Amino acid sequence: MSAVDFLRLDLPALLAAVLACGTAGLLGAFLVLRRESLLGDALSHAVLPGIIVGFALTGARAGLPMLIGALAAAMAATLLITLVRRAARIESGAATGAVFTTFFALGLVLMEVTGARSVDLDLDCVLFGQLETLVWLDATGWGSLLDPAALAGLPRQLHLLAGVAVAVGLLVTLLWRPLQILCFDPDYAAALGYPARRLELALNMAVAAAAVAAFEAVGSILVVAMLVCPAAALRLLTDDYRLQVLGSAAAGAAIGVAGYLLAGPLPAALGGTVALNAAGVIGTLGGVAVACAALLRALRRGTPRDAVAAPGA
Amino acid sequence: MSAAAPPPLEIRGLTVAYGERPVLWDVTWAAPQGLTAIVGPNGAGKSTLIKAALGLIPALSGEARFFGRPLDEARMRVGYLPQRASVDWDFPATALDVVCMARYPRMNWWGRVPRRERDAAAAALAEVGLSDLAGRQIGRLSGGQQQRVFLARALAQDADLYLMDEPFAAVDAATEQAIVAVLRRIAASGRNVVAVHHDLSTVPDYFAHVLLLNGRAVAAGPVAEAFTPTNIAAAYGGRLNLLEHASVAPA
Repeated sequence: MSAVDFLRLDLPALLAAVLACGTAGLLGAFLVLRRESLLGDALSHAVLPGIIVGFALTGARAGLPMLIGALAAAMAATLLITLVRRAARIESGAATGAVFTTFFALGLVLMEVTGARSVDLDLDCVLFGQLETLVWLDATGWGSLLDPAALAGLPRQLHLLAGVAVAVGLLVTLLWRPLQILCFDPDYAAALGYPARRLELALNMAVAAAAVAAFEAVGSILVVAMLVCPAAALRLLTDDYRLQVLGSAAAGAAIGVAGYLLAGPLPAALGGTVALNAAGVIGTLGGVAVACAALLRALRRGTPRDAVAAPGA
Repeated sequence: MSAAAPPPLEIRGLTVAYGERPVLWDVTWAAPQGLTAIVGPNGAGKSTLIKAALGLIPALSGEARFFGRPLDEARMRVGYLPQRASVDWDFPATALDVVCMARYPRMNWWGRVPRRERDAAAAALAEVGLSDLAGRQIGRLSGGQQQRVFLARALAQDADLYLMDEPFAAVDAATEQAIVAVLRRIAASGRNVVAVHHDLSTVPDYFAHVLLLNGRAVAAGPVAEAFTPTNIAAAYGGRLNLLEHASVAPA
């Protein structure tokens, strides 16, 4: 395979997989630590009405209006979940379930009413994405990587993914400590004067943004898998907060690359004729990663380690 | 302290409800200087009082003032020790990491923990006798040690008033003694504690003042005056044989 082929055919998909899975892995660390892993699933459904409205208003499947619509929907859903939890005094899982199904249903209705359905939201694409269809025809060689004109020709999904990845990275860096306290002990964070509610909102909006940006490229199932699997695997392997958070992002990115390579290029290089759906393989690898982590942990348990000290030591 | 100094904590007309059910009803009370216990039966609203005062749960009406000021102006003077069961102890953090959290408001929101703040956290851990376990993951500490980590975290806030939610809940005897020693040091240095407490037999030993709570403020004042069999029976509705219980000396 020549460099040009790689740049044109494989690089865009690889980049999309790395950005989508890395961002989801990073944010997933916080969801898993907050014991709210399924919030990613909920939010990626709840953004649907926002996406449809953004689409209907602009008439185009452009990234930015849909992203803005999705963020608005995510914010509304988050606030509504809090409201329902307080007003009805039910636990947050139930409130989340009630709100996200309502939002998703509203999205389906809007889809029919606005005619968005007839245009281009095909179910397979929504569920499994279209990683393999991302190509970079402007690439002529390695020099294209430094050529702004050629870079502008990268698929627009990649631009959106990169923008969201940078924004999420900045958010996590700037809010490193507040997010840590928020995950461990939200009441204590509030007692110290941190804006706990707004931090929660920011985290949820970041999850929604990551889900929407990744949605077209890798599909919603993969987003949910990458929000949970890398972080869950790291949770089994480390007792270090920094390693948990950064490791989840790295594991997500690594699984993205491995999954893409295993799905198409590797079998092809070995002379195989069957190519697999990349998103499907990546999702499967996520599950395998968690299983391996559990196995590793069980093996490590077998070795002696410092026992729990006697009370009052 | 001069008589004119505002009380560490003053609650005025505080009403809190969970849905339709009122938990606290028009509670007006001022915590004096020193060590104060809040006692009352289960569901009396003891923890709710502390959480509402800190703005962690919304109040229907009423307000809390700290040293005569609203919470936002006095936050650095108020330390908080939540119930141990309120967090996930599997969280990836060492004992020292958790205590450092108390110092976060004094740091940037990102970057390394400055040595000065780390030293302050380590000193707080030493005060509760856990220096040896500073680097241990919190899930591998015993319940009593976890409680002391929380106490150290509150201490590291360097506050003038500590609100403690059940600091003695389910701890071993050694931890209980360590906590009592800390409380006495706090009082001796002219600072204040308001603690939700469930063990009536130790109230006279550990605390100087008491608030008897059961939805409403039933009685309050110095332990010698307010912690009477009559008041206790009024707060607990005579459901337990408390008169006998209350006179038992602690082990």
